[in-house]
Amino acid sequence: MTELSQVDAPIYEALRRFRRMRIVPFDVPGHKRGRGNMELTEFLGEDCMNVDVNSMKPLDNLCHPVSVIKDAEELAAQAFGAANAFFMVGGTTSAVQSMIMYACKEDDKIIMPRNVHRSAINAIILTGAVPVYVNPDVNHQLGIALGMSVEQVEQAIRDNPDAKAIMVNNPTYYGICSDLRRITGLAHAHGMLVLVDEAHGTHFYFGEGFPVSAMAAGADIASASMHKSGGSLTQSSFLLMGKGINSDYMRQIVNLTQTTSASYLLLSSLDISRKRLALCGREIFEKTVEMAEYAREEINSIGGYYAFSRELINGDSIYDFDVSKLSVHTLPLGLAGIEVYDLLRDEYDIQIEFGDIGNILAYVSVGDRKRDIERLISAMAEIKRRFGKSGAGMLTQEYINPIVAETPRKAFYAEKRSLPLDEAAGNVCTEFVMCYPPGIPILAPGELITPEIIEYIKYAKEKGCQMTGTEDINIERLNVLI
Amino acid sequence: MELWFTERHTPNVKFSIKVDHQLYSGNSEFQRIDVFDSKEFGRFLTLDGYMMLTEKDEFIYHEMITHVPMAVHPDPRNILVIGAGDGGVVRELTRYSSVESIDLVEIDELVVEVSKQYLPTTACRFDDPRVHVYYEDGVKFIRRCTDKYDVIIVDSTDPFGPGEGLFTKEFYGSCFNALRADGIMVNQHESPFYAEDAAAMQRSHKRIVQSFPISKVYQAHIPTYPSGHWLFGFASKKYHPTNDYNAARWNMLGIKTKYYNSRLHVGAFALPNYVEELLKDVE
Repeated sequence: MTELSQVDAPIYEALRRFRRMRIVPFDVPGHKRGRGNMELTEFLGEDCMNVDVNSMKPLDNLCHPVSVIKDAEELAAQAFGAANAFFMVGGTTSAVQSMIMYACKEDDKIIMPRNVHRSAINAIILTGAVPVYVNPDVNHQLGIALGMSVEQVEQAIRDNPDAKAIMVNNPTYYGICSDLRRITGLAHAHGMLVLVDEAHGTHFYFGEGFPVSAMAAGADIASASMHKSGGSLTQSSFLLMGKGINSDYMRQIVNLTQTTSASYLLLSSLDISRKRLALCGREIFEKTVEMAEYAREEINSIGGYYAFSRELINGDSIYDFDVSKLSVHTLPLGLAGIEVYDLLRDEYDIQIEFGDIGNILAYVSVGDRKRDIERLISAMAEIKRRFGKSGAGMLTQEYINPIVAETPRKAFYAEKRSLPLDEAAGNVCTEFVMCYPPGIPILAPGELITPEIIEYIKYAKEKGCQMTGTEDINIERLNVLI
Repeated sequence: MELWFTERHTPNVKFSIKVDHQLYSGNSEFQRIDVFDSKEFGRFLTLDGYMMLTEKDEFIYHEMITHVPMAVHPDPRNILVIGAGDGGVVRELTRYSSVESIDLVEIDELVVEVSKQYLPTTACRFDDPRVHVYYEDGVKFIRRCTDKYDVIIVDSTDPFGPGEGLFTKEFYGSCFNALRADGIMVNQHESPFYAEDAAAMQRSHKRIVQSFPISKVYQAHIPTYPSGHWLFGFASKKYHPTNDYNAARWNMLGIKTKYYNSRLHVGAFALPNYVEELLKDVE
């Protein structure tokens, strides 16, 4: 067999061969190449239904890859500079959970910033690991959580020498990076694994001039959302492993919760996207950055808005900045980020990634057209003209340091009662409360509910943030420990 | 041998012109540009296969999109034209001696070059010293203008492709902001006849109504456009298109036209009932 290279896409090629074989399907899925569900086939297209097939010998099996999936995973590992890479079909959520479940068993400690994605705290609930939160630095002007400062990580390691791992968010949703190399060095010096939630950093591996990637920084495991900046289908992702990770054990961990009917639409999209990035990633991200930089400059020239970038770098909690992110501070216009987010969609038919209390994030990628960027900028200029007011009296505080009273697992499974939001202060919450996106908890199970947090929740609701996490779908009541 | 140009007006309707020969075909950064010659319509320009103008009927479109706002505004001095790389609107505008400046913003330089070479009937006044051409996205250009123009003419292509930004609310809002306190914006407003065109027409009408205090629609017959029944939008900060129209003043100018006249000006704002209803639905 000839050696494979990045021009190959083994899963994609196997599917094309398979299609030509015109195999008669007496296996699942029951739609049988779409013929059994014509309305769906007309909607999604015949080509799509034709490759929605089950695992079989010529197509390998994600739970136990031995042929084309194995080859594709090796190519992905090579492309990302990892020792091993797994194709993930349960979103980056499943990758984040797998890395935590690999590193921690029940009662093991894990050091992590509190502004992690809910998937990380979910994994803590599942494993019973004990989180040691490092409160992220906060930029009070922008009201956003930053990266982890090295000094705080050092302190956490000193206080918890028995911790098994350190988890880092890199970059954050807004594009802020911690000093990954130094944090990795510190962790390794104390025998701890470094897990990196790289959901927003796939492009670091392929573009030029970006912050350092997890694998290049020597981290042990990373989860990379290929479907965000990498161009694959929603829900597809990569789990990347360094040299020190036992990938066979990791496979068992992944299989604890992974579907046994992995979608070939997702798998082939990962395969094709990896090839594309390996071959043309440099140009793709050069164009992306060019568009983001252009938009940033134009938005800053409107006045009022602040599209922030590398000028924030402070050598520590903002060690680096991902310039492909178009994050914009909106409060000087007298508008909450979420209000600008809603206006863009309702008034101008423009959907951006998210808006929170003080900021918005417009996701820029190679799929964008210059003329759409112009529309976004013009719409923001119009919002300023039509809706802008004095920025006084706007709530800025975005991140509130939590008071942890109980581990997430114990709180989540404990006996609880439901209280109206206004009466919940002073109790320990047993569930999540978050705005989604970004999906970073305001409250996680086991945390003390304070009047400040209640005020924040009410303000976010009033401004129109989409709140999730609680058992009460209207977020009017909270479950608390008895 | 027979060579035909065919444009699909709906999935079930086609419109064809017998082509004598093709004069030009090329691709710009934005679109494919073709110029044909025909016995019936003379030369005609298409962009991405969509009819833009023919020598035989362009006068209808260009006169109606230009003279209606120019006749309502009592003293139009500074004019902005968006799109219109074929030069037809500029040709009509240069006939007004009161006009001091005509800024033309066309995204595609090649359209102007090709028009200058192959469409001398429309691209004939680019050398007028009052005309300034900017090759830029109109959405971007207008964002930077405030209180600057008396009349803005939006000669857009279609609500898809390179011109789609010219059908958006952010663009109409920017136009409002770029006009003086008594400014007028006129735009190519699509057709009310076929369902898809009608939907696009309603969408842009809704956005203009939300952006301007006065927003009216007028019509013309353009044989080579889908259904032949075409609309223009008249959006204004102060002047009503017929109540504030001074026919005598325009007639005094002595501009000779082939389609437009002062009785037609008033009549063009009288719309068929079904069109009135389509408009009312979104107002």
